[in-house]
Amino acid sequence: MPEQATQTQTTLTAEGAVSVRKKRPWRSWLITTVTASIALIWAIPIVWALIVSLRPPEDDLGRGDIWFGDRITLESYQKATELAPFFPNWPDEPFPGHSYYVNTIEWVLLTLVVQLFTVTLAGFAFAHFDFFGKRILFYIVLLQMMIPTAVLLVPNFVTIREFSTATLLIPKSIYYKEFNLYDTPLAIALPYFGSAFGTFLMRQAFLGVPKDLVDAGTVDGCRWYHLLWHVYLPPSWPSLTAFGLVSVSFHWNELLWPLVITSDKARPLTMGLLRFTQLTDIGAQWSLVMAATLIIVAPLLVAFLFFQRQFIQSFLYSGVK
Amino acid sequence: MSTPSAVLKPPRWKSWRAHLHPLPYVLLLPTVFFVYLFTINPTFRVLRDSQIYYHPNLPARPKMTDLGLPGVPEEVRTLRGPHNVGLAYFRAFLDPSTRIGARFWRVMKNTLLYVVTTVPVSMLLAFIFAVLLNRTVRGIGWARMAFFYPTMLPMVSAATIWLFFFTPEYGLWNLMLEKFGYTGPQNWVINPKLALWSLVIVAIWKNAGYFMIFYLAGLQNLPTDVYEAAELDGAGWWSQMFRITLPLLHRTTLFVSVIAIIGAFQTIDHALVLTRELVTGEADLLLYEIYWQRFENADYGLANALTVTMIAILLVLTMLNFLISERNNA
Repeated sequence: MPEQATQTQTTLTAEGAVSVRKKRPWRSWLITTVTASIALIWAIPIVWALIVSLRPPEDDLGRGDIWFGDRITLESYQKATELAPFFPNWPDEPFPGHSYYVNTIEWVLLTLVVQLFTVTLAGFAFAHFDFFGKRILFYIVLLQMMIPTAVLLVPNFVTIREFSTATLLIPKSIYYKEFNLYDTPLAIALPYFGSAFGTFLMRQAFLGVPKDLVDAGTVDGCRWYHLLWHVYLPPSWPSLTAFGLVSVSFHWNELLWPLVITSDKARPLTMGLLRFTQLTDIGAQWSLVMAATLIIVAPLLVAFLFFQRQFIQSFLYSGVK
Repeated sequence: MSTPSAVLKPPRWKSWRAHLHPLPYVLLLPTVFFVYLFTINPTFRVLRDSQIYYHPNLPARPKMTDLGLPGVPEEVRTLRGPHNVGLAYFRAFLDPSTRIGARFWRVMKNTLLYVVTTVPVSMLLAFIFAVLLNRTVRGIGWARMAFFYPTMLPMVSAATIWLFFFTPEYGLWNLMLEKFGYTGPQNWVINPKLALWSLVIVAIWKNAGYFMIFYLAGLQNLPTDVYEAAELDGAGWWSQMFRITLPLLHRTTLFVSVIAIIGAFQTIDHALVLTRELVTGEADLLLYEIYWQRFENADYGLANALTVTMIAILLVLTMLNFLISERNNA
């Protein structure tokens, strides 16, 4: 996989585009029309969701037009937030309680912060040092790419349920304590703290740093953390931000693992939506369901609208995963 | 670390000792620890636990006395608590006449069908989109956004939106099919024959844009002089496409197919929304079956045995990919 990663690290600028056909204008128009119509078809779901979410909540779609209702209101959004705790209830709860947004942000940020540390350090170790067992350790870390965490949900669930000082490799005879991690943001985040994809990405980025710069730093008496901060990291920020963007969007959208490891308090947005669609009293109130859907996807989608290029660039890197 | 000069090369044991400097190990410790805890340890644990028949003592289901594992005597099966049953689960998998085996093969068939339809179709669409977008026309950014935004949506949201499209009577999908003269069953997610295809459709819609960006990057890296030469030789658009573009992109194709196949195995969020109501199990994918057996049916040993199967499949696929790319490089 290493070569493939470097292969995909290209810019999506228009200059590099190969213009295969130049002469026939009717052909160009035909292709433009085809592109536009397929793009429209692809965009229908989100456009429809947006339009329907602006209908009044009690409006039944089966009666007539499935696009537009009698009027445009935000009532569906209001009712959706009343029915399920998407947002924290600020005035009543001084400390952020168990709202879906707070839960999601908590565990996604927790994962991101820890990952940025572990990934940078591990990538640095693999790129800079030469040590006994380097290859073996690298393959062990890469094993995470071959056996994705999503597949191991059954044993990982047991690990989290039985999390104790013994799991932290402290002998039971010295000290033993069980932690109840179930239904906490930490429990959702723990399996993602070590990231093979990020380690690999950062190693590639660090290997691209000129050896002369590193040697100059060493001659000037840099310690390893000086080298990391002043020599290795500055040219590698794009990789690190790409990793951060992919990590956030991946974990924001995660459903199965949170579904398994949370029950009530730490329930994130995606699981909130799943429960919301299963609420019996909602029935076929599609405008409510669509309002809830959009509440969940809004942050990522808006960020994507503004930073389209950066997101696509980052997802190009994510292929190594 | 700086290498010692060739003249003053230290003896072998000394260079080994230099290679045992603790710092890199300390830097690697967090990553290796978490990979050990949540990838390596569970893999071995699941190998061990797949041989254990665990009869759950669930207060909610007091009547349940037997999970029905063939080849194991009933007095062992009905006792509460764990029992070592060896490879009984895998033996049951291999025998389609047993209940577990029949279910297993149906799940495998569904998974295979799902993978061999979603992967090629979404890759083909991705390639077509990339070719369409690989131009310098105004508004191409909008089209790219329209193709790529499904990647940013959570699978649950995508499935929730599509759940409406599959609604009988007035769902958009059905209205569209009616335009083409389709009068078959309407509720796709409940119909046993069509439920799997509803999952396939959502997966294709969501993934095509993601795979497209790899093809787009590949297309923009192609050498222009080859096309100029082909143009001079009078090669048409189609022959350029099939003789030059596709062969030059075979590495991208291999790479995309790998992430597509592995992704298809580990995404079942849409099944949780769309086909959860379907009780006959005609649309169960492997990972969904693992989830269902462990967390809804409380058959722990079966879930572990299924996980072992899943890991085996993924490892075989990784090996195959490795072999193919080695052969291509050689």
